[in-house]
Amino acid sequence: MPVDTSYAGREYPPNAVYEVSRVKLAEFADAVGANHHAHTDEAAARALGHADVIAPPTFAVVVAQRAESQLFTDEAAGIDFSRVVHADERFTHHRPIMAGDRLVTVLHVDSIVERAGLAMITTRCEIGTEAGERVATVVSTLAVRPEEAA
Amino acid sequence: MSPAIADLSVGDEVLRAQIVVDRARLVRYAGASGDFNPIHWNERVATAVGLPGVIAHGMWTMGAAAGPVADWAGDPGAVVDYQVRFTRPVPVPDPGSATVEVVGAVGALDEDAHTARIDLTVTVEGARVLGKAQAVVRLG
Repeated sequence: MPVDTSYAGREYPPNAVYEVSRVKLAEFADAVGANHHAHTDEAAARALGHADVIAPPTFAVVVAQRAESQLFTDEAAGIDFSRVVHADERFTHHRPIMAGDRLVTVLHVDSIVERAGLAMITTRCEIGTEAGERVATVVSTLAVRPEEAA
Repeated sequence: MSPAIADLSVGDEVLRAQIVVDRARLVRYAGASGDFNPIHWNERVATAVGLPGVIAHGMWTMGAAAGPVADWAGDPGAVVDYQVRFTRPVPVPDPGSATVEVVGAVGALDEDAHTARIDLTVTVEGARVLGKAQAVVRLG
């Protein structure tokens, strides 16, 4: 089944709250080799002006992918994950994600374009606090190969 | 200490690092990130879809390359924008490991915003694995 290009422009309602824990931040930082003390030591984070330990720059992907799954698990969208290649990713931080944050994400499907047989899907996750403060914007583009080439 | 804009010029190399990745590292990242795609830990699945073998998560490589930038900035929270293109997979052998080399140079300076754009060259065995890898760092 081809990718349904009519999903372009769609905006989803805010998803369930993601509560950021110190343990998860430490686990993620360790996995990517982010050794800065601001990820694990509250005093070090406070010395830099942060209210608590902060996330590494790419941690927002953990939050964003929960929102993105609303699109990718929607069978009607026709996105077969076994044929997906990650093309590019961009994080814009309005302020650092930190322990204790309660984050909600609004998923936007910015575009779906066919290019050289590939369907290029660009999603944008607007991550903010429950109270409405903007925290991060995550833009991701996936390329979906046609079925014949799989 | 965060770098001062007055001390920087476009073209300056500001960071250089080597990061080793093995299969255990990928399993750790899978758990930490929630990305359990088997091409990042299962040789049989990876070769069945035409890959040379298990490859690193692109998001692992992107995340690993951010570490030296955060260290240079003196504050991971100073990395206000970070983007990459995934241009080439990073095969991770077993037994053994792959080594990702990260070199960062000043690509642009914005006096008004008080930021530096750090352009990253991220390679494995001399071949670029990320394209247009750029981090915007807020300076002190």
